[in-house]
Amino acid sequence: MNVSKVLDAKGLACPMPIVKTKKAIKDVESGEVLEIHATDQGAKSDLTAWAKSGGHELLQHEEDNGVFKFWIQKG
Amino acid sequence: MSETKKTNIILFSGDYDKAMAAYIIANGAAAYDHEVTIFHTFWGLNALRKDEQVTVKKNFLEKMFGRMMPRGADKMGISKMNYAGFGPKMIKNVMKKHNAMPLPDLIDMAQEQDVNLVACTMTMDLLGLQKDELLDEIEYAGVAAYLGDAEDGNVNLFI
Repeated sequence: MNVSKVLDAKGLACPMPIVKTKKAIKDVESGEVLEIHATDQGAKSDLTAWAKSGGHELLQHEEDNGVFKFWIQKG
Repeated sequence: MSETKKTNIILFSGDYDKAMAAYIIANGAAAYDHEVTIFHTFWGLNALRKDEQVTVKKNFLEKMFGRMMPRGADKMGISKMNYAGFGPKMIKNVMKKHNAMPLPDLIDMAQEQDVNLVACTMTMDLLGLQKDELLDEIEYAGVAAYLGDAEDGNVNLFI
């Protein structure tokens, strides 16, 4: 996958992962992919809902050793 | 994307934990690109107080109120297990451990994200709080301003 930007939101608690993601998505162009790393347990539900509401697409997510990784394509 | 959605929160409570909830929702809503407004009324006004002492002219009762109420967000008590100020110390310790943002930081973040912070002028008069004692760059309004925002709001909360 062609990732334009990686956001490290590890160790951050609610609402910071979503606040940082919102800031980071401004730096990528429509159609480009933002990769996010988070450790907040609620991140999956939060980012899924946020992406849907904002018209972005959550392409893929995975958990790797307690770190949740997300790939969001900007709408 | 459709037109901008609105989130309106009334912060009535002067409890640290409840104000935290309000500001977390406000910051989240701002990240959702909502136009966000927090109306501070009654004890919630204390979240907007500057933490330093500001010399303003007040009558006796107003001075008493000023002295008894928390001067700023960081001095607010918690709604449960306050234990005369020991509770907030404990919870701030736990928050640090879990990397949760303290209330004053959440307020800064909200201002940075262009959340409208509004102070209710009627209750400011009741509690004897003056503009000079509150944070800069906030707005002043009454019930009609709130209703104007609320009637086409998508999220409306009273905390």
